[in-house]
Amino acid sequence: MAEFFNMNGYGLYIWGAYGATGLIFFALFALTLYKTLKLKRERRLLEKQ
Amino acid sequence: MFGYANPKRYQALSHYIFIAAAILATLFLSFGLYLALIASPPDYQQSETVRIMYVHVPAAWLSMFIYASMAVAALVLTIWKHTLAGFYIRAAAPIGAAFTAACLISGALWGQPTWGTWWVWDARLTSVLILFFLYLGAIALNNAYDNPDKGNQASAWLVLVGSVNLPIIKFSVEWWNTLHQPASLTSLSKITSPGIHADMLTPLLVMAVGFLCLYSALVILRLDNEILSRKIHVLRLRTING
Amino acid sequence: MTRKQQRISAILLVLFGASIAVSLSLMALKENVTYFYYPSDIFEEKKEIPRDKNFRMGGLVVEGSISKSGTITNFVITDTVHTISMSYEGILPDLFREEQGIIATGQLNDDGIFVADTLLAKHDENYMPPEIAKALEKVKRSDKTSP
Repeated sequence: MAEFFNMNGYGLYIWGAYGATGLIFFALFALTLYKTLKLKRERRLLEKQ
Repeated sequence: MFGYANPKRYQALSHYIFIAAAILATLFLSFGLYLALIASPPDYQQSETVRIMYVHVPAAWLSMFIYASMAVAALVLTIWKHTLAGFYIRAAAPIGAAFTAACLISGALWGQPTWGTWWVWDARLTSVLILFFLYLGAIALNNAYDNPDKGNQASAWLVLVGSVNLPIIKFSVEWWNTLHQPASLTSLSKITSPGIHADMLTPLLVMAVGFLCLYSALVILRLDNEILSRKIHVLRLRTING
Repeated sequence: MTRKQQRISAILLVLFGASIAVSLSLMALKENVTYFYYPSDIFEEKKEIPRDKNFRMGGLVVEGSISKSGTITNFVITDTVHTISMSYEGILPDLFREEQGIIATGQLNDDGIFVADTLLAKHDENYMPPEIAKALEKVKRSDKTSP
């Protein structure tokens, strides 16, 4: 297992590339979802008025 | 021509496309990651670092594809004044910026062990960095006006002017001497004999399809947000104007 | 012209203008956009090379030309037409080897040797597993020996 993560000494670069990409898209997805929830709440409040 | 550009009809259809795209993205990306990180062989020269290519190249393809689709939307918005095209630019630009960032970061992480440097100012790397700034510019212009339609139109003009950069990115490795290697797949001479062995081409293509599905799912979510946000904008104007 | 036609012509004008502006500036910057020079560029003197400043040279490392003395590595690069001898002091990148494309930054000295202070390995556009590369190499070798 350790060997798999070490990737012949290139582990940091490879996991760094995959990790950074994953993080960027997770953040974008979370932001989008947060905005959806915020907008839905806002519309409910406006419709009540 | 714009039958599905009616927001109501669009939303009915987009719901199903979203579900399909989300499922396909999960399937393709998990299979792609298995192929890329476990099942594929190391390269004869760069050994394990070749695995970075499986996120780098699909991310680069998507970053250019998304920009091209935004340029088409910018044309539609500018010529036919179609509101949904403006929404599309708003929805797509941050995703395009994300793919470009992923491409630049993974490229730097590949360049350090392979070339011996994180970054050089050669024509390919510089033109992709410009693409990233064009995305940031489009996002900034979208939000620069109180009237969202004005912001979308300003952004559309930037996207149109910036589309000149796309052929420069694509052909930079052929027009100039660059540190970046030329295309292995997407050039005329490589169509019949790709420079990538089948064992490495498969994970690359599976990841590319996975990224495309991920993009479709994300852009639909963000488009729904834009439509909702416009409804709220209209509701607000009504309450203010009584 | 209708409003729509006006907008279309505005777009065409803007795109035309942008492409002209970009092509002109790229042409003006050609020397800077060119990331490195090949040995032939030096011998054929078609391109203006800033000899008084550091510049980059690229080519393939010639088979059997690498020799080391201490931390200094001497080798010859070629673009298959002309060759240039190089001398580099420092840590070599992982991919540095015979027949590998490299790009070096430095200056030509009076003996015509390029003294490099940085060295980058250039990767080519071919990707394959090691076994395939070995098999290809074998085929190449047998082609060379059999007439």
